Amino acid sequence: MISIANVKKVFSTKNGKVTAVDHIDLTIDKGEIFGVIGYSGAGKSTLIRMLNGLETPSSGSVVVAGREVSKIRGNELRRARQEIGMIFQHFNLLWSRTVRENIAFPLEIAEVSKLERDQKVDELIKLVGLEGREDSYPSQLSGGQKQRVGIARALANDPKVLLCDEATSALDPQTTDSILDLLVDINKRLGLTIVLITHEMHVIRKICHRVAVMEEGRVVELGPVLDVFKSPEQPITKRFVQQVTELEESKETIEHLLEQFPDGKVVKLTFIGESAEQPIITNLIRQFNIAVNIVQGKVSQTQNGAYGSLFVHLTGAPEEVAQAVAYLEKQEVSSEVISHA
Amino acid sequence: MLEQWLPNVNWEKMWEATGETLYMTGISVLATFILGILFGLLLFLTAKGNIWENKAVYSVVAAFVNVFRSVPFIILIVLLIPFTKAIVGTMIGENAALPALIIGAAPFYARMVEIGLREIDKGVIEAAKAMGAKTSTIVFKVLLPESMPALVSGITVTAIALVGYTAMAGVIGAGGLGNLAYLDGFQRSRSDVTLVATIVILIIVFVIQLIGDLVTNKLDKR
Repeated sequence: MISIANVKKVFSTKNGKVTAVDHIDLTIDKGEIFGVIGYSGAGKSTLIRMLNGLETPSSGSVVVAGREVSKIRGNELRRARQEIGMIFQHFNLLWSRTVRENIAFPLEIAEVSKLERDQKVDELIKLVGLEGREDSYPSQLSGGQKQRVGIARALANDPKVLLCDEATSALDPQTTDSILDLLVDINKRLGLTIVLITHEMHVIRKICHRVAVMEEGRVVELGPVLDVFKSPEQPITKRFVQQVTELEESKETIEHLLEQFPDGKVVKLTFIGESAEQPIITNLIRQFNIAVNIVQGKVSQTQNGAYGSLFVHLTGAPEEVAQAVAYLEKQEVSSEVISHA
Repeated sequence: MLEQWLPNVNWEKMWEATGETLYMTGISVLATFILGILFGLLLFLTAKGNIWENKAVYSVVAAFVNVFRSVPFIILIVLLIPFTKAIVGTMIGENAALPALIIGAAPFYARMVEIGLREIDKGVIEAAKAMGAKTSTIVFKVLLPESMPALVSGITVTAIALVGYTAMAGVIGAGGLGNLAYLDGFQRSRSDVTLVATIVILIIVFVIQLIGDLVTNKLDKR
């Protein structure tokens, strides 16, 4: 659906040239939810804006839905843009128009007749769950409702691709989740390809199928979300993964335990997919004469399966503990003994 | 009662002059609104980083606007005498005042339009582009509606300035309340005529402000 080949973008600024995007190659399939994560200034915003021609690459080519967006201009580019919806961090709604009129705007641009427009707007309002707010102005809506209008507006011309530019970054966690659920729902129902950029790993974890990690204009890591969670390679990726798997306080707790029980062992278990559902701890206690103390645990759902981490503290006779650790290492979980740091 | 207090006021003449002032103000406000939006849009669109970025056009329009905005109105009328004679055919009467009024006010308003347009959230313009909007669609469906409260409050201020300009134009023979206050009131030492003419002008100004505020509030959904 989308192919980005050898794309580079250089901006000329007062302080010389800045390479925002540095030789990126990506292919995004139809119906996929593809996430790009990176800190601000990593070039992800420039990258997504090249997908609908808001930026043109300095070199390389961008093809979306069979059109070479990086080459076409004028009328052809405008038609291509009608097939690529976009939602924004700050919603970018017209305050002078009601919800209904905002959603109708792209239809007016596409010169759809009034009758069809009204029908389509009604459908979209139902799809995003804004019944009853049709005649409100954006200033009367909450952030989440504004983004729903943004989504409805982006979907008005039945696009093939939806671009999300930090679409949940201005929302509170609960609203973020409801918007993400809506995006997954749309992806499943309409088979829409979604490309999103974010700096929150939570967003990637919750809805993306594949993720690209960007740093200094390059894609430094790319793969299915679960794989990236399982074995992050780059330091930056590890940091992002930690955002959702480890709580800040757990480090201190572990330090404390190791100090108090120097003969015990703290083991970090990482569960992926099916293994997250096995009763490993029950087996551990039944088979070995040891005490198992759960320090901290967390299971997160991703689009390709569950991912979890569990910190346990094992105490008992040294040989029993050693056997227990050996048992854990044989299981379908990856385990890591954490020693005194 | 009124005759006793204001012995010299000829009410028929007063209403006639009021009509002339309203006529001059009305026509010049209308023309200023249209020309100001046209030039304001041109300034906005050709400015750096915008849709029609064009340094040459921007500089020419900006220079034109700055020159005519800076010339004191009373001097502008005198400077424009040959121009007015050529297009209106006379130097006397309400219509003769119109070219100077419009040329004096439109550049002033064009700057206000430009400022109003600049205040529109860039993201909204970008969103319209991302939807595949043409420039004309962006102008008529995004720029103008989104800046309308600023455009209306700007034209309110300009209209009030224009009422003042008509009074100045009156002094050199354009008719209206300024003319009446100067010739009938000041030069013949009939201060009651000047007083009434002033009160009528004040009422006109208050009414313009009132209408402007009402419309601005009604339009502003932010």
